Amino acid sequence: MSQLLTSTPHRGGLPAPVPTGPVRLHINGQTQTLQLAPWTSLLDALREYAHLTGTKKGCDHGQCGACTVLVNGRRINSCLTLAVMHEDDDITTIEGLGTPDHLSPLQQAFVDHDAFQCGYCTPGQICSAQGLLNECRAHSEAEIKELMSGNLCRCGAYTGILNAVKEVVDKQ
Amino acid sequence: MTQTNHIGKGANRVDGPLKVSGTAHYAGEFNVPNLAYGYVVNSPIAKGKVTRVHAEEVLGLPGVLAVYSHENVPHLAWFDRSYKDLLAPGGSPFRPLHTPDITFNQQPVALVVAETFELARYAAALLRVDYEQEPHETNLGTKRTEGYLPGGGKLGYAPPPPPRGNPEKAWKNATHSIEAEYAHGAQHHNPMELFAATVEWLADDKITVYDKTQGVFNVQRYLTGVFGLSKDNCRVVNQFMGGGFGSGLRPQYSVFMATLAALELKRSVRVTLTRQQMFSIGHRPNTLQLLKLGTNPDGSLAALQHHALHETSLFEDYTENVVNWSGMQYKCDNVKLGYQLAQLDVYSPQDMRAPGAATGNVGIEVAMDEMAYAAGLDPLEFRLRNYAERDQNVDKPFSSKKLRECYHEGAAKFGWDKRPLEPRSMRNGHLLTGWGMAGGVWDAMQMPSRASARLTADGRLLVLSGAGENGAGTYTIMTQIAAETLGLPLEAVTFELGDTDQPQAPLQGGSWTAASVGTAVKNACDALGQKLLKLAQKQKDSPLQGADYDEVEFVNGQLRLRRDPDQAVVLRDVLQASGETEVEADSTALPNMLKQNGYSLHSHNAVFAEVQVDEDLGTVRVTRVVNAVAAGRILNRKTARSQVLGGVVWGLGMALMEETIMDHKFGRYVNHNYAEYHIPVNADMPDIDVLFIHEEDDIVNPLGVKGIGEVGMLGVTAAIANAVFHATGKRVRDLPIMLDKLL
Repeated sequence: MSQLLTSTPHRGGLPAPVPTGPVRLHINGQTQTLQLAPWTSLLDALREYAHLTGTKKGCDHGQCGACTVLVNGRRINSCLTLAVMHEDDDITTIEGLGTPDHLSPLQQAFVDHDAFQCGYCTPGQICSAQGLLNECRAHSEAEIKELMSGNLCRCGAYTGILNAVKEVVDKQ
Repeated sequence: MTQTNHIGKGANRVDGPLKVSGTAHYAGEFNVPNLAYGYVVNSPIAKGKVTRVHAEEVLGLPGVLAVYSHENVPHLAWFDRSYKDLLAPGGSPFRPLHTPDITFNQQPVALVVAETFELARYAAALLRVDYEQEPHETNLGTKRTEGYLPGGGKLGYAPPPPPRGNPEKAWKNATHSIEAEYAHGAQHHNPMELFAATVEWLADDKITVYDKTQGVFNVQRYLTGVFGLSKDNCRVVNQFMGGGFGSGLRPQYSVFMATLAALELKRSVRVTLTRQQMFSIGHRPNTLQLLKLGTNPDGSLAALQHHALHETSLFEDYTENVVNWSGMQYKCDNVKLGYQLAQLDVYSPQDMRAPGAATGNVGIEVAMDEMAYAAGLDPLEFRLRNYAERDQNVDKPFSSKKLRECYHEGAAKFGWDKRPLEPRSMRNGHLLTGWGMAGGVWDAMQMPSRASARLTADGRLLVLSGAGENGAGTYTIMTQIAAETLGLPLEAVTFELGDTDQPQAPLQGGSWTAASVGTAVKNACDALGQKLLKLAQKQKDSPLQGADYDEVEFVNGQLRLRRDPDQAVVLRDVLQASGETEVEADSTALPNMLKQNGYSLHSHNAVFAEVQVDEDLGTVRVTRVVNAVAAGRILNRKTARSQVLGGVVWGLGMALMEETIMDHKFGRYVNHNYAEYHIPVNADMPDIDVLFIHEEDDIVNPLGVKGIGEVGMLGVTAAIANAVFHATGKRVRDLPIMLDKLL
């Protein structure tokens, strides 16, 4: 009772891959020119071409928030946008917020409140929280929880994330 | 005053600054030179065979380097044993690209390798594969009568103990009795980090493998077995893992594929799975449980029967301990536990956080709640009446068991004494409030482990053990143990892990890392300490002359006499005066079987949960959880609390959200992505209280630690399910509890 599933041949041969070209990106205050195809996402451009692997890939479909970066101060999922669309934009990744020796207040609060375990969603959480601070919309615990809910954390560090963000919000 | 007492305090994670700044590197982030990218193609059918892979078409695209499938995969190891990793269950392990046969949906059938990730993905999307499809079966419900006893079990599996007493007669004669079936579907680990392997090609048959794994030595064993590499030429590294929860215990096909391509192409290759492919690498199995409980007039348990049936693949007998816990959790003289598997056309299940226990715990703890109501007793009072002072499965006392304290302190914190017994008795408008509780038990285990320690003349201590860091806090607690053992500040100690060039550590799982690697680290530091004492005693006029090791202590950078702390030498001076540039020691730590043999070793917890159910909409919100845990010594209160908080989140997800839904028509998971496989988000968080119950235990291991990662999840799901019953009067026995089941 078997059934044959035969694929349909590609008519006229396979479409050639799209060619690459120079793309100028302003990342963390520095301008660099990357050789990219137009189909390269901002996330892949950051990780595979600019070698800024702090920005994480968790789903590549805008479902988890691990790839959150700041574009002109606004938080976006970098997997859902193409690198070529951001030539004139100011892109900030986790590497641009602070370094291990000079952590930003949010980064330090995340460490102090143990707002992560494995650390994989953390750069996205922090970029998202930074964007939330820029939005000036987080006035209560409920608001922080709701507005940070686009960032999944499978380790379940949400309580620490809330407390870390709250600490920085309260100091503002 | 000692500033170098670190154990038990809540130090910040020592790897925290790396993780929050994006400078911790995970497996798919090693940008080695001349890297090619692989993209996996998976089967859309559940059963049948591949009849043709049209590789030649995509190989014509500029930049596509290779297509690997069963049609061209080179000769690899012949025997099953070469593919068996440390956690392989009975049967024949899955061999990627080995045959044209398809035995589960999403089975990898080809790897496309190209110069860039985008190109590999493009070519993989265009690759035509022809199949011959055969009828499949993925529905466990059709196998109710076809369960069988598993063959050879995997590491840690124990068949259920034989029945005791006369469980069937006792159940029939019981004053009150219940019988119910409980079920949950497949669940997937879904760690945030995608499975990835970066294989750096160094020379012919010489590679370094950066792999997402919970055991670098396990991956090394697998790769050397399958590809015929020597251990020296196959170094496996994992310094940070973006969550595992069991999914990384066994080597995954990502590392097989990347290694295959690297060896064939003689260049470095990275393979990263997609989120969709993360649903093809193992899961908590779809399980059916039948519980029969009965009570005597005084509320004591007269009979307890617990039987479980779960799915496995056609090729392996995946096993986990589902029902055994029920035989030790409560005092009962008439007990029957059963455990069977059924084969379906699915991939082999895989250990997922608290494997077996998380499933069995829902069965026994919801059944206990039902039994309490049938007997007219408060669920906590019912558990206290049936408290097990001994492990009746093996007829041994517990090495320590502070579950009673968990119950009492948890109940007090929660306010359980104000709970009306009657369901639907707490209402606020259209919101029904319910309170539920449950308990949990997990093994306290220790695995053989090695570690080394080296003190250099600048006063710095380097400690090595090839363990894993998947978020549990391994870097931090090992640093604490080493620093306290040799009386150093945390800043003077570096602990490194996750490299097969380091002393061998066990798999990172089972909540045994703290006990296993921790003891090895302590032993290595003690061995180093003994060398340091000898060096100190070689010095003229040493105040430590004649002292034995147990007569001295390391505190605040000094080595001093316990009975006369003024008789001290500075550690750094000892090394400098000796003329040595460094002193090193290593050690192996094994469980003390002689000491442990007479006891049953376990951690326990008690969970209290409050839910609010919208009577009109059927929506459930968890509003409060108290989780009281007795798990021996807590090494770091901050990271341990985080693990328990995470356990609550996992239990909440299992209770209300998580289910990988199988479309039996296609034999395929239909919600294989993060948008439709729901896990809790920040807005779902209740107020969570974590209580650590003081528990001393010098039998489990010298550190007195039992592990916390699994036990913290137990009880949560059942407590929430029981709270939903208390709120609504409706007993939902198939998880997750979605609103349609309450309307």
